Amino acid sequence: MADITELSIKAIRDGIVSGDFTAVETAAAFNARVAAAKDLNAFIVKTPDIAVDQAKAVDAAKADGKPLGKMAGVPIGMKDLFCTQGVQTTAASHILEGFIPTYESSVSGNLWASGAVMLGKLNLDQFAMGSSNETSYFGNVISPWRKSGSDAALAPGGSSGGSSTAVAARLCPGATGTDTGGSIRQPAAFTGITGIKPTYGRCSRWGVVAFASSLDQAGPMAHDVRDCAIMLEAMAGFDPKDSTSLNAPVPDWEVALNSDLNGKRVGIPKEYHMDGMDAEISALWDKGRDMLRDAGAEIVDISLPHTKYALPAYYIIAPAEASSNLARYDGVRYGQRDLPDGAGLQEMYAETRAAGFGDEVKRRIMIGTYVLSAGFYDAYYTQAQKVRTLIRRDFDTAFEQCDVILAPTTPTAAFELGEKSDDPLAMYLNDVFAVPASLAGLPAMSVPAGINSDGLPLGLQIIGPAMDEQSVLNAGLAIEERAGFTAKPEEWWT
Amino acid sequence: MGMSVDKETVLKIASLSRIKISDAQADTLLPELNNILGWVEQLGEVDCEGVEPTTAVIANQLRLREDAVVDGLTGGGIREQILANAPAREEGFFGVPKVIE
Amino acid sequence: MTDYRIEGTTGAWEVVIGLEVHAQITSHSKLFSGSSTEFGNEPNTQVSLIDAAMPGMLPVPNMECIRQAVRTGLAINAQINTFSRFDRKNYFYADLPQGYQISQLYHPIVGEGVIEVQLDEKDPDSERRRIGVERIHIEQDAGKLMHDQHPTMSYVDLNRCGVALMEIVSMPDMRSPAEAGAYVKKLRSILRYVGSCDGNMEQGSMRADVNVSVRKPGGELGTRTETKNVNSIRFLQQVIEYEARRQVDLIEDGGEVVQETRLFDAEKQETRSMRSKEDAHDYRYFPDPDLLPVELEDGFIDECRASLPELPDAKRARYENELGVSAYNAAVLTADKETADWFEHMLAAGAPAKAASNWLLSELFGALNKRDKTLAQSPVSPQQAAELLALVADGTISGKIAKDVFEIMLETGQAPADIVQEQGLTQQSDTGAIEAVIADVLANNADKVAEYKGGKDRLFGFFVGQTMKAMQGKANPQVVNELLKRALNQ
Repeated sequence: MADITELSIKAIRDGIVSGDFTAVETAAAFNARVAAAKDLNAFIVKTPDIAVDQAKAVDAAKADGKPLGKMAGVPIGMKDLFCTQGVQTTAASHILEGFIPTYESSVSGNLWASGAVMLGKLNLDQFAMGSSNETSYFGNVISPWRKSGSDAALAPGGSSGGSSTAVAARLCPGATGTDTGGSIRQPAAFTGITGIKPTYGRCSRWGVVAFASSLDQAGPMAHDVRDCAIMLEAMAGFDPKDSTSLNAPVPDWEVALNSDLNGKRVGIPKEYHMDGMDAEISALWDKGRDMLRDAGAEIVDISLPHTKYALPAYYIIAPAEASSNLARYDGVRYGQRDLPDGAGLQEMYAETRAAGFGDEVKRRIMIGTYVLSAGFYDAYYTQAQKVRTLIRRDFDTAFEQCDVILAPTTPTAAFELGEKSDDPLAMYLNDVFAVPASLAGLPAMSVPAGINSDGLPLGLQIIGPAMDEQSVLNAGLAIEERAGFTAKPEEWWT
Repeated sequence: MGMSVDKETVLKIASLSRIKISDAQADTLLPELNNILGWVEQLGEVDCEGVEPTTAVIANQLRLREDAVVDGLTGGGIREQILANAPAREEGFFGVPKVIE
Repeated sequence: MTDYRIEGTTGAWEVVIGLEVHAQITSHSKLFSGSSTEFGNEPNTQVSLIDAAMPGMLPVPNMECIRQAVRTGLAINAQINTFSRFDRKNYFYADLPQGYQISQLYHPIVGEGVIEVQLDEKDPDSERRRIGVERIHIEQDAGKLMHDQHPTMSYVDLNRCGVALMEIVSMPDMRSPAEAGAYVKKLRSILRYVGSCDGNMEQGSMRADVNVSVRKPGGELGTRTETKNVNSIRFLQQVIEYEARRQVDLIEDGGEVVQETRLFDAEKQETRSMRSKEDAHDYRYFPDPDLLPVELEDGFIDECRASLPELPDAKRARYENELGVSAYNAAVLTADKETADWFEHMLAAGAPAKAASNWLLSELFGALNKRDKTLAQSPVSPQQAAELLALVADGTISGKIAKDVFEIMLETGQAPADIVQEQGLTQQSDTGAIEAVIADVLANNADKVAEYKGGKDRLFGFFVGQTMKAMQGKANPQVVNELLKRALNQ
């Protein structure tokens, strides 16, 4: 049974469909690994019984000869940002501790409908704000990876740190993440797994705790490109309950996977060469370029002139939207309430939110409130949205000369927990390569492409035109096939 | 663009955000916020003459819904669910500290 | 009315008034969710997850609300903006679960328009003024707070939260309580004609925020105050009077008017500052990222225009110019669509316009007022009214008898022809019969006949009275008159 937990999503699904093993066996195997991995702190809530119940239903459907879904019997971790009916949903914040939704998010509902089973709710940076999973009320997530010769705890990346850790440590073959400014791609890169943020609007945001509405996108995190394609197909789809949802059919990404890039052009953005960039990442980027050339692609130099302004624009737009989205956490209708004796309504708000929100969340709310406030709105917010238009135009122009873009995912490999948490700004710079694609709403993926001299994984990023996840997946597959990434973290946590 | 903020502004923003902060916390936040604000100010360098702010991330049309009353999650008649997580519920209402207008 | 002034110690002050009217849009479901908009049900039973602002919830706009706003804009000859956006207005209050209201600041759906008002409806020659409308935008209504149900808690009911509102913002063109009252009356009438709002101020489906400032005539605009949620025309006028007086006294005492939000205390008939909203509001408006811009097609706007009924001003002009109804009657009939419809149903049933308009406004309204009934509650239908008038027109009954018949119709709801039949009220026009009775009357009052012939013309009425009495009032008065004249002149 230990073998099952080494399998991919595809292999598990196929194995259950052909009867090689049952969904219940599979659920039990992964439940056991989850239970043994407390030290990683990847899960806020474990739901082994729910996983078994759901698995039983899959086995029963199979026994009845009913058709099985794309994710039949596949155990997954659900980032605790997705509202799950009857199961606590916290966004890793004290302010939502104890909140039990009476409703299911569209994306998680799609996954259950496709046969997936829930191992638990995964830890994350609080309200999806962070790049190291150090802002969770429920404690840091520890990366399963360690530098060679060191047992210092490393960051798994963020905000989907619980997701990346769980997949990398094989507690589940796949996990949901959300990506607002890199929160799927960066943790995937830090932990040597694959993750894709689809085109904005591809996955429904209904029932996902909102951080920055114009940027949030759900996406899969798994070991390889094919698994991500399968899982994304199960997650995606038009939702009339979300006004920003794309009214377009979900393509058959998995079936159409093709790593032959003959006739395709890959753009290398010159502005992504940054001063003081990690030499090993720079070298890997070159190697990635060679791999794609080897797959038949033509390599083209392109320019994305406004790249350096993407991060500051993001750190105006995202906090602004967040400051408004998080106003509903006020102690009135759900979550924690702090009511000192004799306090009035407005005082209750101020106390509740002070006690309920973590420091990074407070910082971002305050930045957001400030940049929207009278006298600063035009200078900050409007300007940032104009810069955003320019960034989008940069990509539109670039995609006239290439079909996909190859870039690093992160400026460094995983850092130690605590290493960057003193300086918020230093933490923000982690997302320098990820944020532009977020602002432009474009599909982007990280694939593990190498190991650095510390023995830590490094990832490469593929960015594609809007609606063209296929090209992104295909290029990712081409890298995956040539990178030969087989490294695994040593299991120190059991 | 903007200038750096002072402590009084920090306290004002906290109040506007309905997040209670102590004097000491304001002292800590001040350099952090100024650091971030100082860094985002570089956006002012960009010439945005004639550029429209982004209104839709990906080309899409606003769908308008039929005017129909529905039952359930996006409709109504689910009072138990609405009140299920309430910190204080009284006779079908949410309870909050008394407000004097 | 434009000469309305507040007399102060330093001279006469002019009052500048602007009104922001919030009108609940008539629709089945709310602006951004599928909950019902019905009034008066159990608390929190018309609340969706979206209205309650649960985590992860998203708005989806209601087509009908957009349509009604466009129709209203067209009805006031306003510019319809084919591009508009929803913006978030951020503030914290217990009746606002999201912590923001979805409204429209930067790009409203309707631009500038105009409403023509008559300062005194009863006087067609009274001044007509054109009051500018700056914009109409769509926004969410808030929930309701109740403060008297519990000793230490206020109760929150979100049933109303998310219902669609039109905010109709006037230009600061009004200069007196009378103008403001006339404006709101006219606006209410237009809304009811269009069918976009029922205009029920007592129930709160229409309410006004009153902006008042004062200045010396010809001077600069003064600082204004805003008095919120005024829900009757009478209160609105009281607010203006009180605020204008208060501001004049304040300034003349050396003080300054503070720009602030106030509430009207109907019992004390005064306004006071709202303690709960002290800090200057910074609503931090920004476009709602959960929604896309509203882009209207010409075809849609054309359909909206085609769906409009004949509006009050056009209807009044038609009544006067084509139907020959008096200016006063036309004004009163068209002030409320219900009345105009009732009148037009009478016409459809064959009643002549002038007679119908007179009868409706004096007889029917008189009777309904006495019984404390509204037009909708009238026991008599327009068809029955038309029949009644026809019975008089064709001589079946006299005008006097008609009043009696009408009373019976009000009591029993019976058709007039049936009443006339049953009660034997058909007036007598048979000249022979009347002549016979006249002959008797003259014979029995020979002395009076002599006096009459001697010059006492007034006695004619006596003979008419006697004749009518002898015939139980059923004689056709015109015939009686003719025959009596003939008989007395012999």
